[in-house]
Amino acid sequence: MALLEVSGVRRAFGGLVAVDGVSLAVNAGQIKGVIGPNGAGKTTLFNIISGLLKPDAGQITFKGRVISGLKPYQIACAGVSRTFQNPSLFLQMNVLENVMVGRHSRARWGFFGCGLRWPGQPREERAIGEAALAQLDYVGLADLADRPAGALPFGQRRMVELARALATEPEMLLLDEPASGLNTREKEDLGVLIRKIRDRGITILLVEHDMAVVMGLSDDITVLHNGRPIAQGAPQAVQNDPRVVSVYLGEDFQGDGEGWEALPGRPAGPTPTCCSR
Amino acid sequence: MPRSRQKLFLALFPLVVVAAQLVMRATATEYCLTQLTMAVYYAIVVMGLCLLMGYAGQVSLGHGAFFAIGGYTSAVLTTHDFSVVKGTAWGGALEGAHLLVTKQDLYGHTALSVSPWAAFAAAMLITFVIALLIGYPALRLRGHYLAMATLGFALIVSKMLLGSAVTGSADGIHGVPEWKLLPGLSVTGKSALRVQNYYIACGLALLLLLVLRNLLESRVGRALLAIHDRETAANAMGINTAAYKLKVFVLSALLAAMAGVFFTHYTGGIAPSEAGALKSVRYVALAAAGGMANLWGVTVVSIALNYFSLRGWFGTYDNAVFGAILILIISLAPEGPLKPLGLWLRRLAGNRDTERRPQHGAP
Repeated sequence: MALLEVSGVRRAFGGLVAVDGVSLAVNAGQIKGVIGPNGAGKTTLFNIISGLLKPDAGQITFKGRVISGLKPYQIACAGVSRTFQNPSLFLQMNVLENVMVGRHSRARWGFFGCGLRWPGQPREERAIGEAALAQLDYVGLADLADRPAGALPFGQRRMVELARALATEPEMLLLDEPASGLNTREKEDLGVLIRKIRDRGITILLVEHDMAVVMGLSDDITVLHNGRPIAQGAPQAVQNDPRVVSVYLGEDFQGDGEGWEALPGRPAGPTPTCCSR
Repeated sequence: MPRSRQKLFLALFPLVVVAAQLVMRATATEYCLTQLTMAVYYAIVVMGLCLLMGYAGQVSLGHGAFFAIGGYTSAVLTTHDFSVVKGTAWGGALEGAHLLVTKQDLYGHTALSVSPWAAFAAAMLITFVIALLIGYPALRLRGHYLAMATLGFALIVSKMLLGSAVTGSADGIHGVPEWKLLPGLSVTGKSALRVQNYYIACGLALLLLLVLRNLLESRVGRALLAIHDRETAANAMGINTAAYKLKVFVLSALLAAMAGVFFTHYTGGIAPSEAGALKSVRYVALAAAGGMANLWGVTVVSIALNYFSLRGWFGTYDNAVFGAILILIISLAPEGPLKPLGLWLRRLAGNRDTERRPQHGAP
């Protein structure tokens, strides 16, 4: 059975149907990519999975348990963590404290225990700090622990956000366009890191615009167009799918399996990079 | 705030408290301790607001009402004559448990009233329930619903207190008995016990500061700040934002009510003006003037400004002064005056490069 199963999820904003009957399955230990042109409904789908939006119809199960309709914090506690398209760090805190927030659901002392420093609470607090530092170290930013979060450049904010998501001890990680806004070097590092995370046993669902990144990383890809899945399969198969090619490149390329390479002025290569920003 | 500075303030607070008393004794102005004691009780309300507004980012315009609910509950229960229950079984049981006590009023009549400790417990319980009822619906929504709900609530409470005979209408309640906290330690306005009461108030404030500091330096404090900053991300990281907002609101309401109970026993009475919307706005202004998310700044500033106000420094412009403070802070220094002032002083001292942090938002 798949780890995460999305079946028939639909969500409309007024007259606009952003996600229209999407079904997909993510197997444990996979890196699954979701691609599609702007407005295809990728981020909406993410927000539905992580509980920020409620689906109008359809159902999502995680480890066999229905999670659609749960609150985001409940889904996080169930083991699904996420990052955001724009890194949303807590800017009033320093880097370490940001990651420590990720430990929230794995700690237990509440208002009374914390206010009175109940025996055991300071120990837990130290453990939270150590675990957070370990995650920061994992993404390579341990030496920035004391820096205010707002002082970091964009790429490092991404990494801190990733560390924060990892600190929740997820079984599944949703990454919303992790490569956007990163330079080539940072993208390479990110790819290495994402594989490393997967090898730790964390399943990854990835929304990405950058074709090089998504094709290089994913084991399995679902392509969305206008809120509907139009193709699904291994990266190579999806790349050569005529419907996918037509969605990305226009009707002219319909039926032409060699569409990517045939694009005038585009250097031939295995990993097309259309739609990268 | 860095831990080292927290410790410094924690050590400094008792020193300043003692020094203030000694200076007043030396200059024969010990009568001023009365106003200082009252100012400390008011500051406890603002500490709660610091948590609610500064940390969790939720605005309340009704904390004056919670202060009044605490004070009035205590005042009504400890002054009202419950002699009618005398002789009934449960009345006797309450008396046996010392929840009801017989006392003599000024004219020699005996009256059966609730003991101050029991009244305190009742005040806390009532505040808890009311805060829950207001906070639960208002805090499930985002935005300024809590401010609206609490403002309406404050207006209702103040009108009810004015219109009800039980609460003494416009006169309020007076003749509230002393509250024997421990043998030899009682909250009362008797001038012989003025110094003792000053230390009771400051001791309570210090105790609460310690507890709140512990709270803010923990998982709970980080969760509150996270909610203030980015509620969506906080929720996605596993924080039950609605529950945390409700809990911190109830906690701050309980602090306000606790201050109200102590204040009422100290001054021997309470008047409906304590519940007025202007009082609630004043607490918000004091929290803003102290820098919102700065427990020590908020405490010091609110003790000082309330003291000046109670000493009559602002004359008839009293409320106007606090309104002006609020406007100036919001428009000129939203982070409160203390931080820019500190930066400016440091710059004057010459080391320009410390504390210069890059601005938010630049990728």
